[in-house]
Amino acid sequence: MDLFNNIILILDATLRVSTPLIFAALAGMFSERSGVVNIALEGKILASAFAGAAAAYITNSPWMGLLAGVFVSVMFAMLHGFATVTHRGDQVVSGMAINILAAGLTASLGNFWFHQGGNTPNLVDSLNGIDARFEPIVFPFAKALEDVPVIGGLYSELLSGHFLLVYLALLAVPASWFLLFRTRFGLRLRAVGENPTAVDTAGISVVRMRYMALIICGVLAGLAGVYLSVAVTAQFLPNMSAGKGYMALAALIFGKWRPRGALLACLMFGVLQAIADRSQGAMIGAFEIPVQFIEALPYILTVVLLGGFIGTAVAPKAVGKPYVKERE
Amino acid sequence: MTAQTDVAVQMAIELRGIDKRFGAVHANKNIDLKVEKGTIHGIVGENGAGKSTLMSIIYGFYEADKGEILIDEKVTKISDSKVAIASGIGMVHQHFMLIQNFTALENVILGAESGMMLNVSMEKARKELTRLASEYGLDVPLDVPVEQLSVGMQQRIEILKALYRGARILILDEPTGVLTPQEAEHLFKVLAALKEQGNTVIIITHKLQEIMAVTDNVSIMRRGEMVGHVKTAETNREQLAELMVGRKVLLRVNKTEAKPAGTLLKVNNLSWTDSAGVLRLDNVNFNVRAGEIVGIAGVSGNGQSELLELLSGIKNIQHGSIEVSGKTLDENHQLTPSEVRDIGVAHIPEDRHKMGLVNSFAADEAFILGYHRNDVYNAKLLMDQAAIKNDCAEKMEKWDVRPQDPKLKTANFSGGNQQKLVIAREMEQSPDVLLVGQPTRGVDIGAIESIHNRIIEMRDAGKAVLLVSVELEEIMSLADRILVMFDGKIVGEVPTDVANEQILGLMMANIVPDEVKALQKEAHS
Repeated sequence: MDLFNNIILILDATLRVSTPLIFAALAGMFSERSGVVNIALEGKILASAFAGAAAAYITNSPWMGLLAGVFVSVMFAMLHGFATVTHRGDQVVSGMAINILAAGLTASLGNFWFHQGGNTPNLVDSLNGIDARFEPIVFPFAKALEDVPVIGGLYSELLSGHFLLVYLALLAVPASWFLLFRTRFGLRLRAVGENPTAVDTAGISVVRMRYMALIICGVLAGLAGVYLSVAVTAQFLPNMSAGKGYMALAALIFGKWRPRGALLACLMFGVLQAIADRSQGAMIGAFEIPVQFIEALPYILTVVLLGGFIGTAVAPKAVGKPYVKERE
Repeated sequence: MTAQTDVAVQMAIELRGIDKRFGAVHANKNIDLKVEKGTIHGIVGENGAGKSTLMSIIYGFYEADKGEILIDEKVTKISDSKVAIASGIGMVHQHFMLIQNFTALENVILGAESGMMLNVSMEKARKELTRLASEYGLDVPLDVPVEQLSVGMQQRIEILKALYRGARILILDEPTGVLTPQEAEHLFKVLAALKEQGNTVIIITHKLQEIMAVTDNVSIMRRGEMVGHVKTAETNREQLAELMVGRKVLLRVNKTEAKPAGTLLKVNNLSWTDSAGVLRLDNVNFNVRAGEIVGIAGVSGNGQSELLELLSGIKNIQHGSIEVSGKTLDENHQLTPSEVRDIGVAHIPEDRHKMGLVNSFAADEAFILGYHRNDVYNAKLLMDQAAIKNDCAEKMEKWDVRPQDPKLKTANFSGGNQQKLVIAREMEQSPDVLLVGQPTRGVDIGAIESIHNRIIEMRDAGKAVLLVSVELEEIMSLADRILVMFDGKIVGEVPTDVANEQILGLMMANIVPDEVKALQKEAHS
């Protein structure tokens, strides 16, 4: 029973840790499937986390935080689009610039507005009447079933009691799949990342398709950021994205640019993280495993797995290449 | 050429004074063109004559700076491809506009979907394509990713794409460049069927033979200008070539009987497998003697490139051996490309951009690539820039490379002059064995003539020449013996006096005709 409870707790944590990765990986998928490399995921997550927390605090509403976070993330995506689609700039350089911009801007604006060393004030502060954090969603009868063996663990602990955004992330996966592989929009989006010239000659605007992909990318990355600050931490902390954008990119490649693959990769990263979190102070015989090692484990595994075990992942053919009409 | 019949001839397309510049390049100068409805109309011209630009303007890919386009005798402003498609124009590009990992069905509906949901579009397209397939002989597997299909099949998908969008005017840009003769034959049947149904076809090509075979009318372009319109029945290849180039051109190469001497290059049981585990060369055997040209024909991608790269030392020998200049090379005795060069083997690579030149180098730098260690180019410590420049200038003069400027960037020469630069570099080292890959790919007719003559000169000087080309005409006019490759194997050998397009075409599809079998038996007994 103890083992069962442990597993439930790890899986529960996995969902929580994976959620921003899932949003970000799907965000990257839309962008890269349209042919735009997006290492700016990291910056978008950070910017939306900040905007979300700041707006939620000022308006005292998590929903306004959500709107603000998504809006800012979409604006950053448009900036990326303006540089790389409209002006055909280098996508990696633009992405990197956005990451640096987001890291600097969030910290300094945070300090300027709230004077707490870059942090935003806590979103749950009963003294000042602030309660702008997302509440977990408790399923019906979850409380009643809590102590029933097995069912209680599965239902009340694992399935119930997460933030709305967790469920939304899980729904976003099949929704993205449907959009990409079952609709006209998806067909055109995949085509534009493979052979933009062909799309152009078919009478479809390459620029328009790429901007649409970037808007979707911005919305999803924004949700990832808002989840971190408005739901989990209830506060913005400088650099709180902590490489999640890059992890999501790795998951995207792991998952071979497909929604299900990306989901599985994100869950795997999540499980590793959850195990690491719960294993602090674990012993092998008389030897205590250093915390640092356990914390590094997910990243080490990422490198090893990316290096050797997933086989060749074929990227969209036109990814990273600005589209220029050629002449003879 | 004016049609003065009683029945008014309807024009499918009429261009009036089309003009287009790209920066300093004047690609189309005041072009007039009339294409009659229900005909096959050829447009010929050398590379860079402006044919593709003109067609791209009709298809809305570029916008003309000046001029008018009339479709079905109505002035139409074609601002983008959408308008062109809506006006009934379809285009089959030289480089296919297909998404390689999409199926034929997905490729056909892309941009012509019938609603938000794909399954509806797919079902509708499947029905329509089945009908088109039977009507015009355009059968293709609909549910296989196109990357797994042959080039001929992919081209059919391109035609289907256009027809599915309701094209009544079909433009084909260099349609036979990548096809086997049999596939080309089938394409011409499809075009004839299209014409039969009242459609109009425009073919852009530089192959005069095709023009003579399938078109009703021909327009000739030269340096951005339209220089003539003729009825196909009233012209001939010589006249067309003269119009294209602006001077008389010798289409047949003049050469004497070969006088082969001892063997200089011998290939024994050569096999080679690529990193994906695909057998690219399968037990290849042949020899080349001094004073002869051995041609290797075949559709590209059947092992010719690998063969050239093994012979020139670029790829490592895995199995079998190569005897050259008194040395035997095998998997235990390999030479690097520069060592191969040192023992008297020169290589004119198939793709001058990827392997022959560095586009951003000045001509004289590109001219010494591979031979840059030669004493003449080096002073004590540094390279001898003056010597390099002078040598290049001298060779440019001798080989008629234009413009004669050793400091001009390689990229700024025309394809023919770039190729001459590579050929001059390799031939000037007077090698014993000359490996030549696609010597005239993307080269103008005028330059082709001189390149061909140079290759014959090498042969007559007693060199062994191995010529790999996908142009059957080139192989037949230059080679003394012809080997045909298919799927990494040598299908058979044909003496040039026996060879014709029919025989070689069959062999390129791995079918050995009886007359060749008989010859081979004779040779063995």
